[in-house]
Amino acid sequence: MARYIVKRFFIMIITVLVIATLTFFLMHSIPGSPFNQERGTSEAVQANLEAFYGLDEPLYVQYGMYLKSIVTFDFGPSIKNPNQTVNDLLSRGFPISFELGIITILVALISGVTLGIIAALRHNGVIDYLAMTFAVLGISVPNFVLATLVIQQFAVNWSILPAATWSSSAHMVLPTLALATGPMAIIARLTRSSMLEVLTQDYIKMARAKGLTPMKIILKHALKNAMMPVVTILGTLVAAILTGTFVIEKIFAIPGMGKYFVESINGRDYPVIMGTTVFYSSILVFMLFLVDVAYSLLDPRIKLNAKGGE
Amino acid sequence: MKLANYEKTEVKNSVKQEEPVLHVKDLEVTFKTYGGTVQAVRGVSFDVFKGETLAIVGESGCGKSVTSSAIMGLIPSPPGEITNGRVLFKGKELTSLSKNQLREIRGADISMIFQDPMTALNPTLKIGEQLTEGIRQHTSISSEDATKKAVEMMKLVGIPNPTERLKQYPHQFSGGMRQRIVIAIALMCEPELLIADEPTTALDVTIQAQILELFEEIQQKTGVSIILITHDLGVVAKIANRIAVMYAGKIIEVGTKREIFYQPNHPYTKGLLHSVPRLDLKGKPLEPIEGTPPDLFAPPAGCPFTARCPHAMTVCEKIMPETTRLTETHDADCWLLDERAKK
Ligand SMILES: Nc1ncnc2c1ncn2[C@@H]1O[C@H](COP(=O)(O)OP(=O)(O)OP(=O)(O)O)[C@@H](O)[C@H]1O
Ligand code: SF4
Ligand SMILES: [Mg+2]
Repeated sequence: MARYIVKRFFIMIITVLVIATLTFFLMHSIPGSPFNQERGTSEAVQANLEAFYGLDEPLYVQYGMYLKSIVTFDFGPSIKNPNQTVNDLLSRGFPISFELGIITILVALISGVTLGIIAALRHNGVIDYLAMTFAVLGISVPNFVLATLVIQQFAVNWSILPAATWSSSAHMVLPTLALATGPMAIIARLTRSSMLEVLTQDYIKMARAKGLTPMKIILKHALKNAMMPVVTILGTLVAAILTGTFVIEKIFAIPGMGKYFVESINGRDYPVIMGTTVFYSSILVFMLFLVDVAYSLLDPRIKLNAKGGE
Repeated sequence: MKLANYEKTEVKNSVKQEEPVLHVKDLEVTFKTYGGTVQAVRGVSFDVFKGETLAIVGESGCGKSVTSSAIMGLIPSPPGEITNGRVLFKGKELTSLSKNQLREIRGADISMIFQDPMTALNPTLKIGEQLTEGIRQHTSISSEDATKKAVEMMKLVGIPNPTERLKQYPHQFSGGMRQRIVIAIALMCEPELLIADEPTTALDVTIQAQILELFEEIQQKTGVSIILITHDLGVVAKIANRIAVMYAGKIIEVGTKREIFYQPNHPYTKGLLHSVPRLDLKGKPLEPIEGTPPDLFAPPAGCPFTARCPHAMTVCEKIMPETTRLTETHDADCWLLDERAKK
C-alpha cells in the first residue's frame, strides 16, 4: 500500500507536468499577446512590458521560468490585474468554486444513487420509466441551457429564488441544480443498471434465503457491489463538475475561479492561465487517486500495490 | 400423484414416522413470459420426514429448482406464481403466509444451499458477517454469541482456524472451502429442513465426495432433514434415503434408494439409470436417453415421456397415467403398470 502510494504520487507529478507543458506550448502557439495595440499601448511601452514579464525571452527560457514557478507554486502577478498575484486570485476564487463543486458532487451522488435504486426496485414500473425519462433529459440538456431555464422559471417567473451571486444558501440552489442535474442523471442510470445486474446475483438469492429484510438486502448486500461502476466514473464526473463550475459561475455571476479563468484566456493573461491549469490538474489527478482508493475500500479483492493493478 | 404411506420406510434416526417435516401436495408453479405461460411444476406431491434425505433427480429444466424455490417462498413474482397446491411445514401451510411470516421461516427453520459456492457468497462482506447476519435477523442473540456460534459452525463443517478466518473475505477461500461456508451459513439457525440445490455440481470430484460426507455427518449430528436436488445419480447413490424422479414438471416415480436403483419401474427412470456409469455394469456402454423433454409452454395431455419412451402405447399420448402403488414406499406413473393395460 505504501509503495503503491509513493509510485502513484510520482505518476501524479508527471501527469501534472505533462498537462502543464501541453498547456504552455498550446497557449504560446495561439497568436496574440497580453498587450496588443487595440488597447492603445505604444510599441515602446509594449516592449517594456514584455521585457518585464519575460515575454521577450526565447520560448525555452520562458518554459524554464514557468517550470520554476510550478515547483515553487509562485506564478507571480496577474498581467491584467498587476496588483494581484495568481495565488491571490486562487485563494479568493477557489474556495467559492470548491464549495459549488463539492455541493454539486454530493447532490448528484446522493440523489443519483437514490433515484437509481428506486428505479431498479420498481423495474419496468411507472416510477422507473419516469426516472429514466428524466435521466435521459438530464444527460442531453447542457448545463448552461438548464441554467438559463431555471433562472427563467424560478427567479424570473416565480421569483422564489435569487438569480445570481453566491451570498446565502438560497443563492446556491439554482447553480447547484443546473450543474448537478447532468451528473446526477448519469449516476442514476448507472446505479440502476448495475443494481439490476447485482440483484440477479446468487449472493442476493442467498441473502433472501437467509430471511433478511428487503431493506438489509438492498443496503448491505446489493448497494456496495452496485456502487463499483459508479465509483469508476466518479473521477471523470468530478472533472466535469469542477470545470463545469467555470461556465455556471459565469452565468450566475458567482465570484469563483471561473470568472478569472475565462477572463485570463480572453486576455492572454499567461500567469493566471498557467497557475489555474496547474492547480486544477493537480486537484483532478488527486481526485482520481482518491477514487482508486475508494475502489479498493469497496472491493476487498482489489489490493493496491506497486504493480499498479489487482 | 398419490402419496405412498412411508411408515415402514427404512430411515435412519427415525422411530415411527408420524407427521412429515414437509408435506407438498399438488404443487403447481407457472411463469408468465412474453412467449407464453411456462408450466414449470405441474402437480408435484411428496413428503420429507425427520432425519432423512430425499433426493429429487431429473434432467435439466424439469422443475427441480422451481420446486425448491416454491417451498422457500422465493418464486420471483412476477413472472412466477404458485397456482395450486399446498406446502405444509410441520403442519403449517406456507403458501398462504404473508411475506413477513415467510421470511421468519426462511433461513431459520428451512435453509437453502446453492449450487455455485463461487457466486453464493457476497464478495464484499467478511465471512463472519455473512455467517452471523441470518441468526441476528431471526433471534435477539448478541453479536458475541453469534460469533461464537459462527466459530462452532465453521468447526462443524471442517474449516481450520475459524476465529481468524471469520475476518476474511470469500476470495481468500477455495471453492470447496466456500461450499463448506455456505453449508455453515445454512446451519447457523439450526434449521429442521435443508434444501440443497445441486450442492456439489460446481466442485471437482474429490471435493464433491468430502462435501457429501459432510452432509451425512451433519445429518447424524443434528437430525436435519435434507432435500437434495441433483442430476447426478452418483451423489444420490451415496447419500439419499429416498429418491423422487422428476420429469417435465411432475414426479413420475418415487421410492427408497434400493427400490429406485434395483427395481425401477418407470421407463424414464430405467433410461436415467442406464445413462449413468455404474460400478456393477462396468464395461457396458452408456445409453443416454434419446430425444428431449416436452415443451413446458404446451405440455402434452398424456404421459410427458411418450415421445421418448420405447414402450409408448396409444393411450400414453392421450391420457395421463395414474399413479400405481408398487409397494408401501414405491409409486410410479406409467400405463405399463396399470392393471387395465396389463390385461
Ligand atoms: N424466472 C423464470 N421465468 C421463466 N421461466 C422460468 C423461470 N424460472 C424457471 N423457469 C422455467 O421453469 C422450468 C423449470 O426450471 P428449473 O430451474 O426448476 O429446472 P431444474 O430442474 O432446476 O433444471 P437444472 O437441472 O438445469 O437446474 C424451466 O423450463 C425454466 O425455463
Ligand atoms: S405411460 Fe406410456 S409413454 Fe409414459 S412412460 Fe409409461 S409406457 Fe412410456
Ligand atoms: Mg436447477
